[in-house]
Amino acid sequence: MKKILLILFFVIFLSKVSHAIIEIDITEGNREPLPIAITEFFHDDNNELLKNDIPNQIRKVIVDDLERSGLFESLDQKAFIQQNKAMHINPRFADWRLIKAQGLLTGDLSIENERLKVEFRLWDTLSEKEIEGLVLITTINNWRRISHMIADKIYERLTGEEGYFDTRIVYVAEEGPKNKRIKKLAIMDQDGANHKFLTSGKELVLTPRFNPVRQEITYLSYFKNLPRVYLLNIQNGIQEVVGDFPGMTFAPRFSPDGNKIIMSLAKDGNSDIYVMDMISRVVERLTDSQAIDTSPSYSPDGKKITFNSDRGGSQQIYVMDSNGRNQKRISKGTGNYATPVWSPRGDLIAFTKNFQGQYFIGVMRTDGTGERLLTENWYQEAPSWSSNGRVLIFYRETKANDAGDGHSSSIWSIDLTGFNERKLETPLDASDPSWSKLIQ
Amino acid sequence: MSFKFENFTKYLVIMFITLFLAACETTPKDDVLSSASSSVSSSGAVEVVDGVYVGSETVEMLAVDVPDRVFFAYDSYSLTNAAQDTLAKQAKWLKANGSVTIAIEGHADERGTREYNLALGDRRANAAKDYLMTQGISSSRITTISFGKEKPVNNASNNKAWAQNRRSVTVRTN
Repeated sequence: MKKILLILFFVIFLSKVSHAIIEIDITEGNREPLPIAITEFFHDDNNELLKNDIPNQIRKVIVDDLERSGLFESLDQKAFIQQNKAMHINPRFADWRLIKAQGLLTGDLSIENERLKVEFRLWDTLSEKEIEGLVLITTINNWRRISHMIADKIYERLTGEEGYFDTRIVYVAEEGPKNKRIKKLAIMDQDGANHKFLTSGKELVLTPRFNPVRQEITYLSYFKNLPRVYLLNIQNGIQEVVGDFPGMTFAPRFSPDGNKIIMSLAKDGNSDIYVMDMISRVVERLTDSQAIDTSPSYSPDGKKITFNSDRGGSQQIYVMDSNGRNQKRISKGTGNYATPVWSPRGDLIAFTKNFQGQYFIGVMRTDGTGERLLTENWYQEAPSWSSNGRVLIFYRETKANDAGDGHSSSIWSIDLTGFNERKLETPLDASDPSWSKLIQ
Repeated sequence: MSFKFENFTKYLVIMFITLFLAACETTPKDDVLSSASSSVSSSGAVEVVDGVYVGSETVEMLAVDVPDRVFFAYDSYSLTNAAQDTLAKQAKWLKANGSVTIAIEGHADERGTREYNLALGDRRANAAKDYLMTQGISSSRITTISFGKEKPVNNASNNKAWAQNRRSVTVRTN
């Protein structure tokens, strides 16, 4: 983890960015992916780059990131006509247009003073212009992050939105039959690489969530059979219980500045929402209803909180000011609504909906209008936003048969458009995903 | 009212189609938890009434004729008459065994979001605790813990399994 902190970047703009002709409108639904030629970066043959197949691996990470977004189609390298190093300085655009490439990525790798130097250029083959170019210098072991950062730059340049590839996912890894399920916290890069378990499975753990600012996770642990909200520092592995509450604390989430944890406290059969300032340690109670109030989530400006309550007789989504005032219901449709999560862009709230025995992941505006259901399944819940607010991850379970077999749980992603639904591969079953912001 | 045979046949055909469609429609609905539904076991005994499990599978005994658990309807924490009977037996047993301390575990079925179900399990455990307290059992002898949907007893995904999993279970802690 320290390596990430020690990362050293020199960023040099190779050119002034000119007006682009290729651009992707990602608000459009089922668009054709943009054909892009991603070439293997040039490099010397006799250095330690080749030992670990780094040139090829960097290309693969970039290709996989862009393709998984559903917005790009990486063209087959075998079709590439121009192969010489000159393409990085002066591409023969006609050759690239011939194979229908609208974008072209070229690059150069070298090792200088035991540091990896990566230079890349993104070209628009129609306007015949370089539209993005950077030099990144870092430790050799950081080649994966460099690759994600390049993919982010390409995504950003061609969509006009911030990328989300240099991010991680924390989730609950699961194994064993439902009545003897073993659950552990696990963390991985957004593409599944660098997978690591964070807890042993001895204690039941649920609902991990990233601190948006620091390398911390808040989650629920049944340590000593006392279900409480915990804080885990993922750099040094230190865990601490959050606050001293007279009952179960659960459903934690950080405030946007990373300094507060908002959560539910269950006491005498009633669950209300509390917030604890992790610096002053002051606890404030925000709701006081006889109903279940849970699953709170801050708006990105920290001024509002959305939460789940059954105070009106059924589970619905509510919004209140961050001091607990002006609580009002926003969900309007038929069915039960749960797990509201405010988009990092501030304009939407993602949720789980249960209607006629089916489960949906959907979004609505923050006043409850414009409800849009993105995916329907036998069971799915717990959406978490990508840092740019364009993609949601959630978990889905399969139905067990009457003998109790056939159950599984996995993480899926879907675009805000409702397209590009994909399963994320994990070593074990998976649930409760939380997506980090871009790594700082 | 009279109609020709031809019309009658047509009527029958329409009725048949309507019935057929209705039958098709109900097939996927076995996922839906209807409060009026009841499930019948292979032996013919009614096991789930209004969403509440009334059978004896999975039930263990704290002592002779003192069942350890009570069952709830979907998204409910009200105690049925049967649940109150069971808890009354537990209270009597606790009175007769004054040194016994207990934990009440609250559980939910898998058809609800994880966080809501944690709160629901807490409600169920406390509903049982409150009843024991009305029967004169001191709260100092009772702790509660919610497991939400994390610890089912029946791993199947059907109405009977879900009804068996919606429960509070009294366990001895000493």
